[in-house]
Parts: sequence; C-alpha cells; structure tokens
Amino acid sequence: MTSSLEKAKDPTGLRRVVIEPVSRVEGHGKVTILLDAANKVHQVRLHIVEFRGFERFIQGRPYWEVPVMVQRLCGICPVSHHLAASKALDRVVGAHTLTPTADRVRRLMHYGQILQSHALHFYHLSSPDLLLGFESEVARRNVVGVLAAYPELAKQGVMLRKFGQEVIRITAGKRVHGTGSIPGGVNKAVSEAERDELQRALPDVIAWARTGVALVTELFAKDRATYERFGTVRSNILSLVGRDGKLDLYDGVLRARDADGKILFDGVDVQGYDALIKENVRSWSYMKFPFLTALGPEAGWYKVGPLARIQNCDSLGTPLADAARDELLAVTPGKLVHAPLAFHWARMIELLHSAEVIERLLADPALLGTDLVASGPRGTMGVGVIEAPRGTLIHHYEVDEQDLVTMCNLIVSTTHNNQAMNEAIREVARQYLDGHEPTEGLLNHIEVAIRAFDPCLSCATHALGKMPLEVEILDAEGALVERLVREGEHLG
Amino acid sequence: MTDTPEADATFQLDGHDVPFEPGQTILQAALAAGKYIPYLCFHREFHPHGSCKVCTVKVNGRTGASCTTPARPGDVVESETEEIRDLRRHLVQFLFTEGNHFCPSCEQSGNCTLQAVGYDLGVTTGHYVPLFPNRPLDASHPEVLLDFNRCILCELCVRASTLVDHKSVFALSGRGIDKHLVVNAESGRLADTNLAVDDKAMSVCPVGVIQRKRRGFLVPIGKRTYDERPIREVAVDREKEA
Ligand code: SF4
Ligand code: FES
Repeated sequence: MTSSLEKAKDPTGLRRVVIEPVSRVEGHGKVTILLDAANKVHQVRLHIVEFRGFERFIQGRPYWEVPVMVQRLCGICPVSHHLAASKALDRVVGAHTLTPTADRVRRLMHYGQILQSHALHFYHLSSPDLLLGFESEVARRNVVGVLAAYPELAKQGVMLRKFGQEVIRITAGKRVHGTGSIPGGVNKAVSEAERDELQRALPDVIAWARTGVALVTELFAKDRATYERFGTVRSNILSLVGRDGKLDLYDGVLRARDADGKILFDGVDVQGYDALIKENVRSWSYMKFPFLTALGPEAGWYKVGPLARIQNCDSLGTPLADAARDELLAVTPGKLVHAPLAFHWARMIELLHSAEVIERLLADPALLGTDLVASGPRGTMGVGVIEAPRGTLIHHYEVDEQDLVTMCNLIVSTTHNNQAMNEAIREVARQYLDGHEPTEGLLNHIEVAIRAFDPCLSCATHALGKMPLEVEILDAEGALVERLVREGEHLG
Repeated sequence: MTDTPEADATFQLDGHDVPFEPGQTILQAALAAGKYIPYLCFHREFHPHGSCKVCTVKVNGRTGASCTTPARPGDVVESETEEIRDLRRHLVQFLFTEGNHFCPSCEQSGNCTLQAVGYDLGVTTGHYVPLFPNRPLDASHPEVLLDFNRCILCELCVRASTLVDHKSVFALSGRGIDKHLVVNAESGRLADTNLAVDDKAMSVCPVGVIQRKRRGFLVPIGKRTYDERPIREVAVDREKEA
C-alpha cells in the first residue's frame, strides 16, 4: 500500500522544493518535493524531527515524578501524557483497578483535554482553510480572518476551549502541567462547587459543539467531491475500544481493522502492544514508521485518531454524537471513510461526544468521593495506553526495586500516523501539484492534508491556522534558486 | 548603651522600630515582630550558620548576614531596599543555576523554600548560564530518596542529623564549586547508614533533596505550603506559632 512517490526512481536533474515549518519549541517538520522540469512530481516526503531522546530524561528518575515530567513532551496535550504515564505506573504500584473516584476524575480530566484540544485544532488551526479556502489570501487565512468573517463561530471556539481548560484546572490542579493524576489514582476529587460550576456551563457547551458538528457536516456536503477525494488513501486503522466495543478514549483494549473495515484483531490487552506493532526507520526522517506486525511494513501501516476510532468502535455510546456519526458513516455505506478531510468531521463528533461524556461524569456521585488511591502487589513494568486527541498514545516503563525508571518507551499519536500523512501528501501532490508551478496556495494544499491529522508539532500548534513556512527551491546540484519565507503568527 | 540591652530595646528596620530580647539576632527579632527577611540556611531550631547570605541586610551602612548579626539598640537596618533585594536575587539565581532545579516536575514545588524565596524576590529566570551538573540520585534506601540535584548546601540536614538525631548521616565534602553533600557510609550509599524516616534530618531540607519514597505528588496543587500564601506571611506565622 506504500505509494511510489516515496522514492524517486532517479533523482538526478530533479528540482527540490522544501516546505520547512520553522519550529522554536518541541517539534519540527518539513516536506520535500522533487519535481522535474515539467513540474511532474517524483518524490514527496514529510520529515519530522521529533522529541528525540525524551526517554533519556525519564530514565533514572523516581517513578512518581514521571506523570508530571512527561507533560513537557507536548504543549497542547500534556494531560494525555500525564494520564498515559499514570496508567502505566498504576501497574507498577499494583493498582490494577482504580477507586471509582479516581477513575471518574481521570476520565473527566481526559475528556476535558479532548474537548479543548479538538476545539483548538478546528477553530484556530483548521477552520481558516476550510472556511476561507485553501488558496484564499494568505494574509487573511488565519484565525483573525475567521474572526472577521465568522465572529460568532470563532467566539464559540474560544469558549469551548475555555471550558475544556476549566475541566483540566479543576481535575489536575492547574490549566497546564497539573499534578492531579498519580500512580494508583488521583490526589484530589472534584468538589460540589466545582461540579456545579461545570454543570452550569454545559448546556452552552453542548449547543456550541452541535453547531460545530453541523458546520463540518455542511462543509462536507457542499463540496463532497473535494472532501472525499482530497489526499485520500486507504489504510488499516487502529485504536482502543472499550471492553464493550463502544468508544472509550480513556481505557480499553486494542482493535484494528483493515481498509475495508474487516477486523484484524480485537480485544487485545494493551500490555501486549509490542507484539502487535513494530516500528520501521527510514534514513530520511527521525520519526519512526510503525506497522502492524502481522501485515509487515508494506501493508501494515495504519491510521489512528478521530476518524479511525469513531469507525473502529461499534458505537459512541452517547446519543447526539452517535446520530452525527451515522451521518458520517452514510458517506460510504458499509465501507470505511478514509478521506483525511473527514478527520475534521470525526473530530467535531468527538468534541460533541466528549461534552456528552462530561455531562454523564458530572452526574456521577463517585466524582466527589474521598477514596483516591489504590495499591496492590508491586510490579516492575507497566504499559499505559490512552486515546489522546490525536490518536493512540502508548507509554511503557520498567521500574527497578529502588523505584527508579530503567526503561521508557513512548509511541506518540503522531508517529502512528507517519506513513498515513506521507501517503496523504503524496496523493495531494499527485492531485494538485503535478504539472503546476508550485505556488504558496498549492503548497498550502500539502499543509492542509498534514493539518487534517492534527500532528503534534509545535509549529502547528503555536501558529494561528498555518504553519510558519520556509520554502526553498534548489536546483539539481542543491544550489538555492529561490527562497520564500512566510512567518507564522504565534499564539504567544 | 549598656552591656546588656534593655528589655524594651529596639532597632530600626526599614524605618520601623523592632523590639528585641537580649541575645536575639536581627533576623530572629524581625521575624518575631512580624517582619520578613528572606533566608535559606537559617532554621529556628538550630544555631545560625550564616552560609547562604540570602538574609543579608545593611546594618548602619555595612552589609552582613542578619541571621548571625546580633540585634543592638539603635541600629539602623535596611532590608527591603532595591540594592539589597537585588543582591539577594543574584544569590538565589546562583543557587538555581548551580544545581538542577526543574520546578514544574519537582515534587517539592509549592513546598520549596528556594522556590518561594525566588518568588518573593521576583526571580523569573536563572539569569546565569545553568551549569547542569551531573549528580546521580541515591535511591539505595528502601524508604528515602536523595536527589542531590537540588542541594543548596545549607547544611541543615547535617546539623539535624548530628545535633538532634545524634547520627551524623550527612556531611559536606569538597571546597568551592566542588562542595557537595555526601552520605557518611563507607559505601557512600544511604542504605548503609542508620537514617530512619522519623529522624529530624528527614524534615529540614528547604528544597527537595531528602524525600520519602512513593509519596510524590500526593498533595495536590493548592494545598502546598506556599500555594495560597507567600513565604513572607508563612514565615512570620510560623514564628508566631512556635
Ligand atoms: S540536602 Fe537539603 S538540608 Fe541538606 S544540605 Fe542539601 S539543601 Fe540543605
Ligand atoms: S539565612 Fe542567613 S546566611 Fe543563610
């Protein structure tokens, strides 16, 4: 299933176009495209220099610091790392079952995180492309442009995000880098006053989430041909599903389907993840290429994230989101939807689902309980898997008898989607770039495809609706022909 | 002036009269009067040691450590001036850059005196180039972890272990920039000492070097010593309660 554009047959004489998002903080990605004199595309690659070596900082540290430390991996989904590490270390402290209060508080924290992250991604980062046009005037193709053209919508995006952050603050202690989840449970429950505060805000949150879903549904319906075709590549999908087969973003078992939707494996305990997934390396990217072991590297790559998981599960288990999901599934009845742009739709459905789950959690008296921490026979290793906003997130630790971490393996969501993103931009290059002089607007198509996956690169998260871009056009000998720099606007 | 100061003797601290009792230092008298002077190596239960210099004040125009300078009637003491605060800020910044202090992932964050004093002085960055020393942990003891990365060499654990616990588990070794905390055991490992979890030495570290194992982050944000009130208030209240 790997496409031919991964490697040019003969790169001699080809011109190289580099799209380089310049990143200051955690992530750095660039796209290189090889074109011939007629602008025919010969090779397209997304290269990512990720958080290499973070494992090094964890090794040798006491295990109880890890859930707090790992939050530094990511600027916008620290909570996902906080919880995945806690889940892995639950096993080390022997807490195979959490107290009901710890379970509800962690879930609440997690769904708050999903909600705020999805809101940030859609309203701030992607809506400028979708609402204003992929090739709209670049100076206005940002959240400020959206604010001018759709003020009410932009406001709702901000309010949704605020609500999610408030959920995080209440459960984790702080809006960023909280400490709420600890190995074995949580260090605080939710007070009645805090619960009431969140409950009061919920009707609006659900209404805004529904507006968001309706908007993406309409965008899809209005330009169905483009939305279905844009960068679409078939692949396997992977995610956690609840033990009952329903969507569960916090905990569950691993399930994978092939591109037709046929189950490849199901009900697999996450502790055995490393037998199911292997990782390949390519000389040209620091990010690994995971694949399903049983299918091998060529056929075994897969998608994770909202579009994968809402199709992988049997149902979402919340009425409003399930109704929205039915509409998405109706696009290609009986078949999986593979269109990258459908990620946006799935993401908004999950945002609505998260609001409904939060409503349920807030009605649960266990949230206010006092029994916070569980323990049991000490273990030496643990795997924690969570469905982070961007997809399956795996944390794996070994801890020695002195309580220090001796081994740490992290597979972040973006890595799972590495091949899928590469294939999507190759398809976009075929569809839009082939035979055309690459302009900023055309190159933005590549970015639109990458953005659909919501990869966790700092540049994508700190820039408003577009990645800071540096495009270099080199001749065959590597000499610089032209350089275009487009500054990103940072959120600050 | 007489040899034994009057019981109602006072000195001036930043323009305010501060009463003191015979034998009190400037720092002790100030705290007793509800006036905060930042300090790190001082602890009310131990003889002052005067090494960190964070408690520096100007007495009649000359700088000195307020934790070791006896209060004298009529002295004019400056503490909250920009000059003195600036000096303290630099001392604290030195301490931050000499060790490895990663507050966001430190279990002691919110309970840490160094962090709280840093906030009090308005320290927002390390200012100096961090040295990132390599200081491996000692996790050999079943109940206690030593994270030397955070040691500010205040010697409180040394004093507590020797004077209160009568054990001498800790000591400082080396000179100047090489000075570091060591464990008094032939192996150099904490497991081979007679440290017990209820020793005084377990509770005096102003930073996060000496930790009970497996309890990290049990106390949520908001419930830690300096979360709700600044060290300025906590320190004088502690003195009142004592
Ligand atoms: S371990 Fe703590 S108490 Fe002991 S010298 Fe270092 S900072 Fe002071
Ligand atoms: S407190 Fe006075 S020198 Fe340290």
